Amino acid sequence: MKVRLKDTFENYFFILPAIVMFATFSIYPFFKVFQLSAYEWDGISSTMRFVGLANFWDIFRHNTVWWTSVWNAVYVTLLALTFQNILALLLALACDRKIRGGHVYRVIFYLPPVLSGIVVGLIWSWIYDGNYGLLNHWLKAIGLDGLTRSWLSDPKTALTSVAVIHMWKGFGWGFVILLAGLQNIPRELYEAARVDGANAWQVFKEVTIPMMIPVFILVAILTVLGTMQIFDIIISTTGGGPGYHTEVPVTRILSTMTGTSQFGYACAEGIIFGILLLLVSLFQMRIGKTFRQAP
Amino acid sequence: MTHRKKPWILGVYLAALLAGCAQKQNSSQLTIWHWMSDREDTLQELAGRYETATGIPVRFELFAPSEAYSQKVKAAAQTNTLPDVFGVLGEKRDLASFILSGHVANIAEEINDQEGAWRKLLFEKPLLMNEFDAGNGYGVPVGTYGVPLDVMNIQFLYNKDLFRQAGLDPNKPPVTWRDFLAANAKLKEKGIQGLVSGWGEIWLIECLASNFAWNIMGQDKILATLKGKVLYTDSDWVRVLKLFQEMRDQGALAEGVVTMINKRAEQIFANGQAAFAMNGSWCVNVYHGMNPSLDYGVMLPPRVSNTYPQVIWGGAGSNFMVNAKSVRKEQAAAFLKWLTAKEQQVYLATQTRNLPSNREALVDLPPILAEFVNDMDRTVHPSLMPLAEFPLVTEAMTKGIQSILIGEKTPEELAAQVQAVKDRELEKQMAQR
Repeated sequence: MKVRLKDTFENYFFILPAIVMFATFSIYPFFKVFQLSAYEWDGISSTMRFVGLANFWDIFRHNTVWWTSVWNAVYVTLLALTFQNILALLLALACDRKIRGGHVYRVIFYLPPVLSGIVVGLIWSWIYDGNYGLLNHWLKAIGLDGLTRSWLSDPKTALTSVAVIHMWKGFGWGFVILLAGLQNIPRELYEAARVDGANAWQVFKEVTIPMMIPVFILVAILTVLGTMQIFDIIISTTGGGPGYHTEVPVTRILSTMTGTSQFGYACAEGIIFGILLLLVSLFQMRIGKTFRQAP
Repeated sequence: MTHRKKPWILGVYLAALLAGCAQKQNSSQLTIWHWMSDREDTLQELAGRYETATGIPVRFELFAPSEAYSQKVKAAAQTNTLPDVFGVLGEKRDLASFILSGHVANIAEEINDQEGAWRKLLFEKPLLMNEFDAGNGYGVPVGTYGVPLDVMNIQFLYNKDLFRQAGLDPNKPPVTWRDFLAANAKLKEKGIQGLVSGWGEIWLIECLASNFAWNIMGQDKILATLKGKVLYTDSDWVRVLKLFQEMRDQGALAEGVVTMINKRAEQIFANGQAAFAMNGSWCVNVYHGMNPSLDYGVMLPPRVSNTYPQVIWGGAGSNFMVNAKSVRKEQAAAFLKWLTAKEQQVYLATQTRNLPSNREALVDLPPILAEFVNDMDRTVHPSLMPLAEFPLVTEAMTKGIQSILIGEKTPEELAAQVQAVKDRELEKQMAQR
């Protein structure tokens, strides 16, 4: 018994660094954020003023900019959930067939996600540039001069333009996951459906979609979580402007923390944002469960 | 056998763990954190010279861009791991927080030593930005808490070639607001863009709005506004906002200026794609790097009113502070004194084309930089004001000006909105008291 206790102690001792690291960089900050959200603090001073739930109250009652930023993120997320994932699914379906150069396409489609968001943002800023941007150049070349504009500075197009960049950068993730899901569907199911006389659309509707539902849910959850936290592309293209038209929760949290030096308030924003994401994820998982249980 | 080995393994493991926590120490080495990537090579060269002269090694560590640097310094302050010398970026209230938390040493004794010999060498206003006098609103003890490495001011630049193309006299830049709009109209006729600036970085908008406000209503009324005695809905403030509306309506701004970062704005001006720019004196070095043959001049922001003098934003470009908790405080202050001495300042100015903080180093400056120097007396800076505006009010104002520039808000609407934010902040302040 004595030897076993000693062995157990030694075993725990060896995983101590991992536990210390996890506690220091994950558990402690998690609880610290909750603590700070109840204080007014500029991030430097040695003294903090306890304000209780006042930061949360202010966000719900007065901070219209915060809720605008949440809506902006929801808008980009809705676009990503539809257009980005439909594109990813179409490309995955195409690559699932034995087409020539399929491996090359996979690599190409997966390239944007591995690029830095800042770099992608800067490249697209050049494309969208109102002065000498490629997009305006192409529009002029095909006679659509009337559509040219400064895409990122025009309040009508700024957020959608940023969403397009995000979708271009993000569709590769969905593509890879959806392709893996498609390749896991037993081929016999397709063969059986064809023997029964099903056409391509019926095979897709009756075999592919039901078998892919868990994958769709996974992709949807990842898309929502990834898109709601969009940040680097915004910073490198519009900085949240013009006005507040491309502000998203993460840029608001950052500017609250560093721009106006309200660390406690920023923590409260972070908590509200985290709860929103948690609720959305739980809702999606619930929907997924319902679909899986359906006959 | 296996059990005998275990204490050994544990011993080695513990030693490795503790060794990992150990910090490499060089007792005499001074460590300095900075954010000035354009001055990195020059600062490293000066560090080498200092070591040769004194035997004290100096290590400059670059953390760029400035936003990342600012975060690093704040994080280091929270963990008490600041280097011997560092810079506090931001407003005077940020510096005050660092001082009140015990992170910045008061070097008043050194700077006033020998009848203020060091003080007399430096430009007054940039040094004032690092000083707190009796009764300051931040509660900071009287003292000097930093020294400027260089100075700067922010003005308008105009492209002389584009002026010629538009039939304008390249030696007579517009002086008044009316002249400015008229020049823009001529430039527009020739398909030349007007003013470009990095207004995606909202502090540049704040800078121009502040220039206009000083010119229209003067210091007393601005101070009264900060105190809450004059409302932002006052006609003078609305007039300030209307100037931005006029620029938009006249098409006097370059395409996309409202979300443009300053680096992009600098490229556009350096490439001759816009006739006017609003930028700091550091731009001389930037434009030289981008387009050495760019023919341009410096002009004051257009004068809107004759009632009050025109001012420009300016003061210290970069400040260095001594870590109050450093064991090498005296050596750090001595190094800063050496760094701001004439020889080093001349070297810095010639190598980096920035304005030196040492008055005696104003020799052999490029003509364009000399034009910036001529207007140093006109400089003002929010940090030199006895009061500061609430950050949320400033944000509402600058973001709101972006909304005016995109035609989303009228000046009157914005003024009311800014005042509403101000009222809320004042209420909060009252409640705290």
